[in-house]
Amino acid sequence: MSTGLLQLNHVVQAYGEQVVIRNLSLQLQKGRIGCLLGPSGCGKTTALRCIAGFERVAAGEIVLNGACVSSADSFVPPEQRRIGMVFQDYALFPHLDVAANIGFGLHRLTRVERERRIEELLHVVHLAGVAKKYPHELSGGQQQRVALARALAPGPDLLLLDEPFSNLDVSLRERLSTEVREIIKQQGTTAILVTHDQAEAFAIADEIGVMNHGEIQQWDTAFNLYHRPANRFVANFIGQGVFLPGKVINAQQVEIELGVLNGVVPQHCEAGCSVDVLLRPDDIVHDDSSAMQATVVHKAFRGAEILYTLCLAGGARVLALAPSHHDHAIGGKIGIRLEADHIVAFQQVEG
Amino acid sequence: MAIWRSVPFIAAALVLAPVGVIMSAFFAPASDVWQHLLETTLLQLLINTFWLALGVVSGTALLGISLAWLTAVYDFTGRRFFSWALLLPMAMPAYVTAFVALGLFDFTGPVQTLLRAWLDSDLSWFPDIRGRAGVIVVMTLAFYPYVYLLARNAFLSQGKRSLEVAQSLGFNRKQGFFKVVLPMARPWIAGGVMLVLMETLADFGTVAVFNYNTFTTAIYKAWFSMFSLPAASQLASLLILIIFVVIVLEQQFRLRMRYAESKRTECAQRIRLTGWSNWLVAGFVLSVLFLAFLLPVLQLCQWAMRSFTQDYDVARYLEFLWHSLSLSGLAALLICLVVIAMVYAARRYPGAATRYAIRIATIGYALPGTVLAIGVYVPLVWLDGRLSEWMMNWLQIETGQLIQGTLMIMLIAYLIRFMAVSHYPIDGAMQRITPNIDEAAMSFGLHGWAMIRKVHIPILKPGIFTAATLVFVDVMKEMPITLMTRPFGWDTLAVRIYEMTSEGQWEQAALPAVTLVLAGLIPIFLFMRQTEK
Repeated sequence: MSTGLLQLNHVVQAYGEQVVIRNLSLQLQKGRIGCLLGPSGCGKTTALRCIAGFERVAAGEIVLNGACVSSADSFVPPEQRRIGMVFQDYALFPHLDVAANIGFGLHRLTRVERERRIEELLHVVHLAGVAKKYPHELSGGQQQRVALARALAPGPDLLLLDEPFSNLDVSLRERLSTEVREIIKQQGTTAILVTHDQAEAFAIADEIGVMNHGEIQQWDTAFNLYHRPANRFVANFIGQGVFLPGKVINAQQVEIELGVLNGVVPQHCEAGCSVDVLLRPDDIVHDDSSAMQATVVHKAFRGAEILYTLCLAGGARVLALAPSHHDHAIGGKIGIRLEADHIVAFQQVEG
Repeated sequence: MAIWRSVPFIAAALVLAPVGVIMSAFFAPASDVWQHLLETTLLQLLINTFWLALGVVSGTALLGISLAWLTAVYDFTGRRFFSWALLLPMAMPAYVTAFVALGLFDFTGPVQTLLRAWLDSDLSWFPDIRGRAGVIVVMTLAFYPYVYLLARNAFLSQGKRSLEVAQSLGFNRKQGFFKVVLPMARPWIAGGVMLVLMETLADFGTVAVFNYNTFTTAIYKAWFSMFSLPAASQLASLLILIIFVVIVLEQQFRLRMRYAESKRTECAQRIRLTGWSNWLVAGFVLSVLFLAFLLPVLQLCQWAMRSFTQDYDVARYLEFLWHSLSLSGLAALLICLVVIAMVYAARRYPGAATRYAIRIATIGYALPGTVLAIGVYVPLVWLDGRLSEWMMNWLQIETGQLIQGTLMIMLIAYLIRFMAVSHYPIDGAMQRITPNIDEAAMSFGLHGWAMIRKVHIPILKPGIFTAATLVFVDVMKEMPITLMTRPFGWDTLAVRIYEMTSEGQWEQAALPAVTLVLAGLIPIFLFMRQTEK
């Protein structure tokens, strides 16, 4: 069995009494970009720092390139792990210019080699013009790319990125995240990223682990996280949606107020069992000819489309996306139709 | 109003005037006394000053940096307590530490007496505390907090993080410290060291207690033993030249510090020390604190107690105390008023000229008290003479001396020296009153005096309070200006300490010293309360 470049097996980490990471396991193949996604305080940054070697683990093990680098009783210091790290605040050296910052980790190369490598990286991150400038003279986006180049320069086996875009404007974030993905892929580096922003995670990562309370809730692709969430937390955290009560008809069908959904019902749910069904805004389609009517409670204009909050006849609320030219007033009635090709449902909790 | 506008310029002129007076002495024809000094002591003064500066700078750098690094990045027994307690020596005027050290470790002191009794030896190996090394150690213990405070700031804001960066780039912890952490903290460390250097060059009390001849003691002697004000001025002009170099260096570092400033990142987990390394570090830190603060304070208290039993003259002590308190209060009031006017002027009439004027006005802290005393005394006495002459000639009134014999000379010298101390907090408070705040106040119909009373004063109050406290305590501890320019009979606690210690009467100096230490604790607690917020 291939074990991958990075492997975490049942890692536990705690500051004294306070357990930050409960039981974390994951695997990342060489050349892939992974992401730990979760709300603040879920332990994702601590997980990254454990991988880097800035924190020790209380139990479990971290395996890098087939060798155990961290466990309860063994520890390889960070400088021997062949990792590169991009810090949240970039942590550039203010007393060194851009070229010297990038070349800082290249102390084992000769001068000529070092300069060639710096040159190469300046080119890769599109900063050839500012090599002699100092960090405080650069924009936030430029500083970010210097930090990336500095971390990539020694050719690390694994690149770690801690909330790399959180200090940037929203408009810049999207552009840079695509760019960063291209650079990492071009260098052939394996990387793991930590963020609380799902758009960022979707834009960069090949696979994403949603974390909560120090545990990975689901490790999967963006598509599956959105369309096949493993539990309620993931369903709530990723994307928008509401839960509607439903009744299981048989192993392939669930009935809700809006009609019958076809797909696979959750395990241990027999016919007649009560479930909560997740409905995404794109599962409900606006259709003037539909007999089913709902009242517009709230609307948010989003340019190409409008996100409507609708009140159904039974009092439940759902979200619906409609093309922008279908402009309805609040309080008005609109026709809707269910258009979902699978079931995401969780058994109702008793009591 | 033109009067407001001119305040920064008047203040700058006040600082420049004594410098000009003293520098003119540099070019004055050499007096006999000067010739005598040149032949006998000048070279020795330069050598003494050089070794003292070098020793104290290296000592404080070593002690300050190591203590700052240990308390900023590691965790060890008592770390929380030590990280603020290490500032306590700031409450001790260096001359107090000095006379306690002498009293403790001198040949007749308790330490040597005890050792002689125990070991039954003449202790010929015991180092002579009165030598150069003794002064350097005492000043290092008194001044290291400057380096400690600034270096710790740098390490806290970037130390652990830059160590991590270095490690992620393949350096081990030791390499990281020397290749990354120290170079990055260099502007802060250098800033602290420059302050130490200024204090060392300006110091009068410590070297006087130790009888270690430097420029400051030479200036004092030229004036009060050889009665040659011109020779004193010429010595002062040499000292100013040295100070000038230090000021230029200090401003350079401060400029660089601004560029290197980074946001304080949340403190990463400290590195926990265990076993013997834990106790070694805790023991080292404790011994510094013990030598620099606990031991001197304990000894002072013991002396003070003992002096009470030998029917201490309480009435005289109260007189010194009253002089110190009233003088400090007057100075604090005067200085804060001038600085508030200056800061308002800068706000109403911003511009390069005003900015430069304020920079000059706040550079007075670098002028040693001995230099300033002469620089203020000489022109004011001249002015006094002209004034009474004029009164005599034109109004036929015999006024005698109008300025001499009053507190005015002292107060003006204090103003020049301590404007910087109060400018920082008051200016900081003023920065918080943004133009938008004024506009917001106006939108509620507040104008002029009402706005100042209801908006400005509440915002400025904490800053003014801090400034007044700092000036108050600094003036209380100030020795050379008070000693050299006080009206006859106007003795303060610091003057009393000087007089008693120059006769080796440690016990008589103890109670005034304890009083000064207690006053010195106030700004430290203020500072701690501020940083805890």
